[in-house]
Amino acid sequence: MATKLLLEHINVPGIETYDVYRSKGGYRAVEKALKTMSPDDVMEEVKKSGLRGRGGAGFPTGMKWSFLDRKSSNPRYLVCNADESEPGTFKDRYLMEKNPHILIEGLILSSYSLGSNSTYIYIRGEYKWIVGILEKAIAEAKNAGFLGKNILGSGFNLEIYVNNGAGAYICGEETALIESLEGKRGNPRIKPPFPAISGLYNCPTVVNNVETLATVTPIINMGGDEYAKLGIGKSTGTKLISACGHINRPGVYEIDLGLPVDEFLNSDEYCGGIRKGHELKAVIAGGSSVPILPAELFMKNAAGEARLMSYESLSDGGFATGTMLGSGGFIAMDETTCIVHNTWTLARFYHHESCGQCSPCREGTGWMEKVLHRLEFGHGHMHDIDLLVEIAGKIEGNTICPLGDAAAWPVAAAIRHFRDEFEYHVTHASKVKDSRKAHLPNYKTATV
Amino acid sequence: MSQLFKITIDGETTEVAPGTTILNAARQIGGSLVPPAMCYYSKLKGSGGKCRTCLVEVSQGSEKDPRPMPKLVASCSTPIMDGMVVKNLTSPKVLEARKGVVEFLLINHPLDCPVCDQAGECHLQDLSYEHGAARSRYEEERRKFDRIDIGDKIQLHMTRCILCYRCVFTADQITDKRVHGIMFRGDKAEISTYIENVIDNDFSGNVIDVCPVGALTDKTFRFKSRVWFVKPMEAHRDCPKCSGKTVAWLSGDEVYRITGRKDKYGELEEWICNDCRFEHKKISDWVIDGPRAIERHSVISLNKYEKGIKVETPKKIGYGNTR
Repeated sequence: MATKLLLEHINVPGIETYDVYRSKGGYRAVEKALKTMSPDDVMEEVKKSGLRGRGGAGFPTGMKWSFLDRKSSNPRYLVCNADESEPGTFKDRYLMEKNPHILIEGLILSSYSLGSNSTYIYIRGEYKWIVGILEKAIAEAKNAGFLGKNILGSGFNLEIYVNNGAGAYICGEETALIESLEGKRGNPRIKPPFPAISGLYNCPTVVNNVETLATVTPIINMGGDEYAKLGIGKSTGTKLISACGHINRPGVYEIDLGLPVDEFLNSDEYCGGIRKGHELKAVIAGGSSVPILPAELFMKNAAGEARLMSYESLSDGGFATGTMLGSGGFIAMDETTCIVHNTWTLARFYHHESCGQCSPCREGTGWMEKVLHRLEFGHGHMHDIDLLVEIAGKIEGNTICPLGDAAAWPVAAAIRHFRDEFEYHVTHASKVKDSRKAHLPNYKTATV
Repeated sequence: MSQLFKITIDGETTEVAPGTTILNAARQIGGSLVPPAMCYYSKLKGSGGKCRTCLVEVSQGSEKDPRPMPKLVASCSTPIMDGMVVKNLTSPKVLEARKGVVEFLLINHPLDCPVCDQAGECHLQDLSYEHGAARSRYEEERRKFDRIDIGDKIQLHMTRCILCYRCVFTADQITDKRVHGIMFRGDKAEISTYIENVIDNDFSGNVIDVCPVGALTDKTFRFKSRVWFVKPMEAHRDCPKCSGKTVAWLSGDEVYRITGRKDKYGELEEWICNDCRFEHKKISDWVIDGPRAIERHSVISLNKYEKGIKVETPKKIGYGNTR
């Protein structure tokens, strides 16, 4: 039943080369769009498809495109956000590594629709080798006449540039990405103005995730209406999920949105169940910044209905009993996982990655990490737990960019659902200290 | 002239030009409803939005779209809409968030006020007096840095810095090249000139005045006196570089320091040059115009003026009484 749109030919040998990609029907969408459709037609199809941003927020892509200031006399830019840095998320990497041309094709289509003549791929610093893969694909596409001047005689010019970031999570935030792309320090901008009005070089700009832009290719091929038939409700189409943790088959899977979580977790087509002899304890469903859920709340929502892999179903119940689909970084944890340790690790990440621009995030992330460190190593007090909840509450919603929220949510959710474990770390402090001592020598090299 | 927008802040309504930010609209009304600002500086392009002390609640977005805004917004960088209704001191949510921000600003601040030159004229002191808690819940070690000299007249004490970026924008504004900026990230971030270089500019001393805390101090004044023991007097001289209008801080006939003239929001009225600031420390260099009006509640005004001198006492401004 599973539809494969992005990963259809992923295992074809040589699919990363232009010739093989072309022989599998590649660049048909570009031919179709540039020869028979107007830029507005392309946007209309994307709107009809109901495609939602795959980077995490799930904002309707067609609507985002329609905000772009087309009346401005400045050039317009499309920027592809390949700064995939959320712990647990590695879907874009897989796609770009294996099938770069589907992204290039999506970029051509989207640039055509948005009227961008220079399109940038901003790729995270740690994905250095993928820069070469993308640049090769761009050169091949250019050779074949799909990039450059007057593409396919349509009068549309396009160049795609790959820009390597320097390894900062914050540059995945669209305005920080734009700053970084301009060669500045990657600090998120104060909004308004939004990038659609004033983005890259103060020109109207659209920033979209890799998967979002790659998905434009199948949407044009099959038509927006056809695409909208996939999925469930407002969660249309397919989504890449990068599954990791204590599951039998970690990897990147393309699912139809609306797939029951039980099937995703336990069927051999996907995760293949929790490793033998263990059982599911908790799940982070969409990348490290979304709230963690205990197994029972993940499998079924508060009303007892089975959850589905969709934007709506996973967020059912709000943050009290729900979570978010986010970027699709699926982390499953079995009963051997210490939630306190896990939360501390995440807090450490956000502390390290905070840009330091606004006070709640700069000071709050560091404070949370230190308190969690205390708890984790058996030096905490009971009041530290409430303190953490309060710090998280003071950060959430009060920062310039969503990194503050991303840092606060996992801590607040872990205490919400696993308060007993935090209390255990206080009440059994000496035991915790002993057990952590054994871990300490390996601490620096341990993969958590 | 285009049509004015109506805006209501804490129940007081005014009309301001479109494009005005909430904070500036509040300043036009004046009084205790003006949100505090640690990083916003009206004379510095690009400043604001960072410290989050000026967060306010927008309970009605505009006349046309009366929905409230979901989050608190930074009043210094949010433009007003026609018919907007804003809550500052009347919103418990805002006061709670502001208290949080003050706590965040203080956790890594050394609280070395007894030996800090800024004490008495420090915005962070005022802010924590109005909105802070009496005790910190922070138990860990605080961030520490070595003191750095930026040129021979300015000292940077990064430990006290709250990273408001004001000095960065000042340096950007007075120099052509980027000579002063932020290094590192998160709570390890520090302001710095490139490898401890000097900000080579006649107006670099103004970074001292824009700094809301004691991170950038005047080396010619360091440890000379507490600010409340010296009298601020308006003074001027003929200066080829700047307006020459300054405040001379006197004790008897001795000039302890020269600063720019600050308005009631702690912002400089005009930049002054380093020549005036650092090199003219004799009473004969200056024409004294009279005492500088200081807010009645400020410690600086304590026992300062003899009876009979009429000093205009401005309306109580600043952060409002929330206790």
